[in-house]
Amino acid sequence: MQNILNSYFFKTHRLEISILIIALILFIIYFAGAPHVFTRFPIYRAFMQSMPFFGIIAISATFVVTLGEIDLSFPSIVGITSLTFGMVLSGTDGNFYIAFLLATSLGMFAGLINGLLVTKIGIPSIVATIGTLFFWRGLVNVVSQGSGIAIVDVAEDTWHHALFVEKIFNYIPAQFVWFVVLTALMQWIYRYHKFGNYIHFVGDNKASSQMMGINVDNVKIIAFVQLGFFSALAGIFTMYEMLYFWPTQGSGLMLTTLAAVFVGGTSVFGGKGTIFGTFIGVLIIGSLESGIIALGLSGFYVQFINGLMITSAVTIYALIQRKKN
Amino acid sequence: MKKSLLRLEKITKNFGNVKVLKEVNFEINTGEVVALIGDNGAGKSTLIKVITGVHRPNSGKILFKDKEVMIKSVSQSRKMGIETVYQERALCDQQELYRNIFAGREITNIFGFINIKKQRKEAEKILRDYIGFTSKAITVDSPVYGLSGGEKQGVAFGRSLYFDSDLIILDEPTMGLSIQETEKVLNFIRGLKDQNKSAIFIDHNIVHVYGAADRFVILDRGEIVGQFRKEEISRDDLVKKMIELHESGKIEVEA
Repeated sequence: MQNILNSYFFKTHRLEISILIIALILFIIYFAGAPHVFTRFPIYRAFMQSMPFFGIIAISATFVVTLGEIDLSFPSIVGITSLTFGMVLSGTDGNFYIAFLLATSLGMFAGLINGLLVTKIGIPSIVATIGTLFFWRGLVNVVSQGSGIAIVDVAEDTWHHALFVEKIFNYIPAQFVWFVVLTALMQWIYRYHKFGNYIHFVGDNKASSQMMGINVDNVKIIAFVQLGFFSALAGIFTMYEMLYFWPTQGSGLMLTTLAAVFVGGTSVFGGKGTIFGTFIGVLIIGSLESGIIALGLSGFYVQFINGLMITSAVTIYALIQRKKN
Repeated sequence: MKKSLLRLEKITKNFGNVKVLKEVNFEINTGEVVALIGDNGAGKSTLIKVITGVHRPNSGKILFKDKEVMIKSVSQSRKMGIETVYQERALCDQQELYRNIFAGREITNIFGFINIKKQRKEAEKILRDYIGFTSKAITVDSPVYGLSGGEKQGVAFGRSLYFDSDLIILDEPTMGLSIQETEKVLNFIRGLKDQNKSAIFIDHNIVHVYGAADRFVILDRGEIVGQFRKEEISRDDLVKKMIELHESGKIEVEA
């Protein structure tokens, strides 16, 4: 046991191991408290169906948080890009390519604006993105005039619908497969690509990174742009799942998404984080609501236990960090 | 006849209304060690940041190996063969040593993915051959925050030697080091001459400076107010000059 605790892998993966243990304990509680629900498949299908919508954004937001920045505007970016996707798809009688291209481009453009405000104008990201949060949601309201858009006619039973959300062999929702694939890809970039490396260095120490020849502004801008892209992608997934656009789409995502990142163990101070942790964080945050209900507690407990989870997780990380220093 | 390696002509740098460098002329030859001395705020760090591409001068010319150049970025100055060991040591605390050593010039494939295996192997070579780390406690996977000041400096030196360079710039290389560690650093600087490399270094301690440099350039409020070759001035006179400068705020300019 002592050997395992002192092993290199354990030392370098403390965060990941802690989060895994927290998730395991949570699922043991689920099993013990509601075996009739958790020994059957449907609950997992429900998880796989709903988690990817905010999970994809959480994975992407881990890059921005590792930079020591934050983006609060993504719920509205989901809104404006979903609206665009819905309008173009129904307006072109189901032309997926144009709708996808326009929605994701707009997402990246919104990310670019965030990035420019933070780097070139010098507004702290928390302030800049509160501004764009209101701006994009406001634009959604103005354009949609408060009414929704149905895409049932142009999206149902199409190949692109199948590609995004159809159940594979009637069991696995396609969006979950996408979520896992994207997580693996982003993990690879985060740890092994030059860009992931720069994200860590800039988040760790901006001045040193600059002296080592890293273009700090560009790294930040690209991070915001990719979050804009993935927000748009999450919006498109939601559209296919619901086959309907409504003007508040995305606005419930903010807290669950950021909670997943922080519960996952990524440091709010920047320089250190884990994509795997965020993935587990998504499993935890995404399962809480149904889990709590299945355990027989009333819905009023959901927020309370959510709060308990988040606070205890970040406390554990802070203690691990303090021990290190 | 020594060959000119780097020449700055009438370099001016302003930060807003503050003139940090006022028409500075500066030259360094191949195989020469030049010390930049002066009070805090004299413009020493700004001058070297102009040379390394962190700052762009507002006006003036830079000649490297007798060719006029514009140094627009750190990576460009590195490509030209200018390496810097910064005062702040330019290391990121939470990242592993092998990532720090190659930060900004990772060994990658064409898609930009880092060759971790190769980077770790090269970093190991640097730790062993250039720095002489033998302690088992420090490996290429150690994050920087566990290292002592001297060890961090060692990593920064090792990095500058590994990437074969003509000019090494050292910003307060002995700051915060023990006497033993300082001696190592000064030996390192003297050793550069044998490899026909040039060095510019900034230090507050005249004793350190005098022991390691061939020439002394005194900066005061953005201007060069004195230049001496080692044979022209004794250590005590150099100390006197600095005290005079400190008291009067000015010393006579040498022709």
